[in-house]
Amino acid sequence: MPGPRNIKHGHALKPRDTKRVIKRILEYMKPYKIQLTLVMLLVLVSSGASIAGTYFLKPLFNDYIVPFIGQQNPDLSNFLRVIGIMAVIYTAGAAATYGYNRLMLNISTGTLYKMRTDMFKHMQALPIKYFDTHTHGELMSRYTNDIDALRNMLSQSFVQLFSSGITVIGVFIAMLVLSPVLTLVVVGMLFLMIFAIKKLGAQSGKYFREQQIAIGKVNGYIEEMIEGQKVVKVFNHEAKSKDEFDKLNEELFEASKGAHSFSGMLRPIMGNLSYIHYSITAIIGAILAITTGFDLGSLASFLQYTRSFSQPITLMSEQFNTILMALAGAERIFDLLDVKPETDDGNVTLVNAEIDSKGKLTEANRRTGLWAWKVPDGDHVKYIQLKGDIRFSNVVFGYEENKTVLKGITLYAKPGQKIAFVGSTGAGKTTITNLINRFYDISDGEILYDGINIKNIKKADLRRSLSMVLQDTHLFSGTVMENIRYGRLDATDEEVIEAARFANADSFIRHLPDGYNTMITADGMNLSQGQRQLLAIARAAVADPPVLILDEATSSIDTRTEALIEKGMDRLMEGRTVFVIAHRLSTVRNANAIMVIENGEIIERGSHEELIEQHGRYYQLYTGMFELS
Amino acid sequence: MIRKLLPFAKKYWVYAVLAPLSIICEVILEVNIPRIMAKIVDIGILNKDLNYITKMGILMILMAVFSLFFGALAARLASVAATGFAKEVRRGLFYKIQDFSFSNIDKFSTASLITRLTTDVSNAQMTFMMMIRMMIRAPMMLVMATVMAVSLNARLSAIFLFAIPILALSLYIIAKNAYPRFKIMLQKYDKLNAIIQENLIGIRVVKAFVRGDYENEKFCDIADQVRQTQIKAEKIVLWNMPIMQFIMYGCMLAVAWFGGNLIISGDMQSGQLMGFISYISQILMSLMMIGMIFVMFVLTRASLMRINEVFDEKIDIVEKENRITEIKDGSVSFNNVSFSYVGKDGTMVLENINLNIKPGETVGIIGGTGSGKTTLVQLIPRLYDVTEGSVTVGGVDVRDYSISHLRDAVAVVLQKNVLFSGTIKENLKWGNENATDEEIIEACKIAQAHDFIMSFPDGYNTVLGQGGVNVSGGQKQRLCIARALLKRPKIIILDDSTSAVDTATDSRIRAALRSEDLFTRIYKNLQSEKITTIIIAQRIASVIDADKIIVMDDGKINAIGTHEELLMNNAIYREVYESQQKGVVENAGA
Repeated sequence: MPGPRNIKHGHALKPRDTKRVIKRILEYMKPYKIQLTLVMLLVLVSSGASIAGTYFLKPLFNDYIVPFIGQQNPDLSNFLRVIGIMAVIYTAGAAATYGYNRLMLNISTGTLYKMRTDMFKHMQALPIKYFDTHTHGELMSRYTNDIDALRNMLSQSFVQLFSSGITVIGVFIAMLVLSPVLTLVVVGMLFLMIFAIKKLGAQSGKYFREQQIAIGKVNGYIEEMIEGQKVVKVFNHEAKSKDEFDKLNEELFEASKGAHSFSGMLRPIMGNLSYIHYSITAIIGAILAITTGFDLGSLASFLQYTRSFSQPITLMSEQFNTILMALAGAERIFDLLDVKPETDDGNVTLVNAEIDSKGKLTEANRRTGLWAWKVPDGDHVKYIQLKGDIRFSNVVFGYEENKTVLKGITLYAKPGQKIAFVGSTGAGKTTITNLINRFYDISDGEILYDGINIKNIKKADLRRSLSMVLQDTHLFSGTVMENIRYGRLDATDEEVIEAARFANADSFIRHLPDGYNTMITADGMNLSQGQRQLLAIARAAVADPPVLILDEATSSIDTRTEALIEKGMDRLMEGRTVFVIAHRLSTVRNANAIMVIENGEIIERGSHEELIEQHGRYYQLYTGMFELS
Repeated sequence: MIRKLLPFAKKYWVYAVLAPLSIICEVILEVNIPRIMAKIVDIGILNKDLNYITKMGILMILMAVFSLFFGALAARLASVAATGFAKEVRRGLFYKIQDFSFSNIDKFSTASLITRLTTDVSNAQMTFMMMIRMMIRAPMMLVMATVMAVSLNARLSAIFLFAIPILALSLYIIAKNAYPRFKIMLQKYDKLNAIIQENLIGIRVVKAFVRGDYENEKFCDIADQVRQTQIKAEKIVLWNMPIMQFIMYGCMLAVAWFGGNLIISGDMQSGQLMGFISYISQILMSLMMIGMIFVMFVLTRASLMRINEVFDEKIDIVEKENRITEIKDGSVSFNNVSFSYVGKDGTMVLENINLNIKPGETVGIIGGTGSGKTTLVQLIPRLYDVTEGSVTVGGVDVRDYSISHLRDAVAVVLQKNVLFSGTIKENLKWGNENATDEEIIEACKIAQAHDFIMSFPDGYNTVLGQGGVNVSGGQKQRLCIARALLKRPKIIILDDSTSAVDTATDSRIRAALRSEDLFTRIYKNLQSEKITTIIIAQRIASVIDADKIIVMDDGKINAIGTHEELLMNNAIYREVYESQQKGVVENAGA
């Protein structure tokens, strides 16, 4: 079950190459160039309004209040006018805030949409090998954790960083204009603040890394124990697993205690440093007012500025880690996007065909039931009828280099023949079938399909000519009807039902609450393994391909039910080339040829009767059932 | 919602109480600073009293320093309390899940339990942290700053009578409208994840049927829905900031105008107005904070609910007070047993089962998928409780035993078995912690696992990945059998546990299980005793030599007998047999 396996090892908190990642994110945002420029402008307006708002205190006191103190009938029309002007500036500021947030929402959701769909499309194009070497949880976390982190960064951090930067600079300039002397204090405080941020950052960073590791351990343990919960119960292992958990849980507590303490202190420390700053400013300002006649209005706005100076700095330092983490996530997403997709150099395609009046095979533009390979031959096109003749010659293959799984396999299947593979787990039976549809590419030798090297056939067309029923059946959320139709999207309802009858699935489907319209949830959890396999067989039947691969297709169906569907299966196999892998020897005995595979080699081949006569490995396997009776 | 979890904070209650207290101290100090500043301006500057300015100034700095101290202290206390609380909740959950019975486990999916223990607990931690920090701070600040503002100038404070309700109301309206939209967004999001997940699991099917484009289309469609619903939901929340700014600026201007007029007419002083302006942001900001806290609470509510669900789950298998700890022998009997997974009113999976198994007997069970084979055997070690009737082991009702003693005596090799990360030896020791190397090796020889283990470079110290990924299906099954044997059980149940093992090996395992000296081979000091063996199998060959074979059909026992008897008298058995033997029979005739 793909759970949150990703958290198990903890994630890198920093990208390897920050510049490159930022560059690629910006590339994604390119279509929003104009909107982004607008966002920056609006941020400027919004920050400008708030800086201007504070600066307004200076003339407020100096020009509109202090001169009129004590006057009997003061002329306040100018005062009123300046209030009006400020109202306009403020309104503009608030409107700008709304504006850039709204624009950013469009930009960030649009960018995420593009990223998600790119990632999904790319994933669909990746070779099977990639899925073998990466857990579902790991890939899943690209879509959840990493995209979420990126979403936070795009919708919040990005703008906040920009507006905080603008505000700090703007406030600093305003302070410098108001009083260079008091600004010296600001510089001193700034150093103190940076020092505090650095110290706290270093401490919390250390603990955060520890926490990350501890979380990985705890989550890994939780996952393993819960997945094996029933075994834990059967072995009375509860107390031991609790003890082990306590140890890991305690470690996590120690680390996260530290991490949260230091990161939690940032805000109160910065906030109160700003109050210290405020107090110092008040004292010096007051002294300046008495000694040099520093005006009251300037003091008022300067004091207010000291408050609005620390906040953006705190915000920026808080955003810093979030941004690094988001960038690290983005880097993982780009890593996925950079994985080379399946190569497909084939130029032979599969087309509908018909025999024209001269008895020649030509392309048809409708479904004729007759198929042909369209082979480009210089300037000409050659048509070869699709028959299902498959030949392996000296095929060598390994999932990893230097580790061959198949060692020189040679075999042929003439159209309409049934070829069976028998052998123990890991012998290489499934591997052989996975080479036919090019889930994996062979390292040496060649595979011919109707005389054409499969390397030259377009993958999609090659796969369309084959149908597979796999050991583990996978269904998709949707109705039963839709799941069967997966085999051929343009199949009519009647054709789907016909295929279900074929596989003997019709009767159980009719017993489902909504018949063919019953919704299948979470990979068919509401169906039994056997029922799911019947659906998979129906799916293959509706696809109606010339070549069929059955990989343990009936392993989860009990022999009685299997006997029931046998007729359907026989009909399904009729006239097709069939490769069948089965554990139960009774299911393969009527094959035209049986290959006994051991350690990646065919050690025996022949018909059932021939092999029994040989008294070799097959004979042993087959009679193994009987040696005790 | 969090209230039900509060007892978990008990161990850290000192921290949980001191943290808000020091936050209160911090807030009190903080709100006094602008007031003192006002005094410096109005008294100090006006009277040109340097002495007063320094005195008040130092007082202000001291207050700020103390406030910093309390703030930092509160942060530390709160994180100890919150992370400690999370630790205890996590522990409580894990313990509770460990105590779950099989039917409790069935109710929750593995993935959902993991989410509860990870994501949901960290959400609970955040909620708790917020509760003892922000939930105290924001209302305190709101009240204290308002008091200060009123004390500076009561008439001017009337402005807040307008501002606070307007802001509160708009925050409320925003939250109320946004919540349902967020819910829709999250549903779409779940759907998106479901599609990714099923594509990951079924990637071979997608590729085999060349349905990449079809899936892409499906995904783009749902991704677009996620985008649309996200915009729809967040569009509303966006209003928070501009509205807040608008009201704050409005207050500023109103205070400037009315305050200015008050100063001009001599009813207020300049410093007081400066102080007052500081309080505007303190008051409105804390109101904003309260709004945010509520949003957070709403967002984490689902997490807390999921956690509570686990705690509320009633464990349905409990031990009696006077438990019996000795299991006399390996006899088993079912007396009128009926069973349903969902209680009396559910559909019966087993109906009216009567069955007697003598100690040392080998019993085979055959039947189609869904006929109730697995359910039947799981009643023996009391993994589930019968709905009606009773099951006895060694002549005693299984409900009268101590569960751990019963399960030690009845070993089940589950159909869906699991190995854990660690070495092969560590995994085998699950059966018996104190087993010696010799004993382990002997058990593995019996389970036909020794040879392949020795073929690994590290032998018994080979490290298995999570779930035993680096051994094949058949090897895993044999390791699981060896693990079960090390328990020295009186009864061993193999639930389709040799399906991936080849027939010859399978028969060697069964022969060993039937022998008198099974346990004396492993544990030299034991008396020889035959083990009761119950084998569920698909292959007739696996049960052909059993003392009796039970044929299950649709939750009922269809027939009991030996192979020969059943072959003669039982239609189902004969059908299964023939479907498996056809080839050989024909072959023999040819």
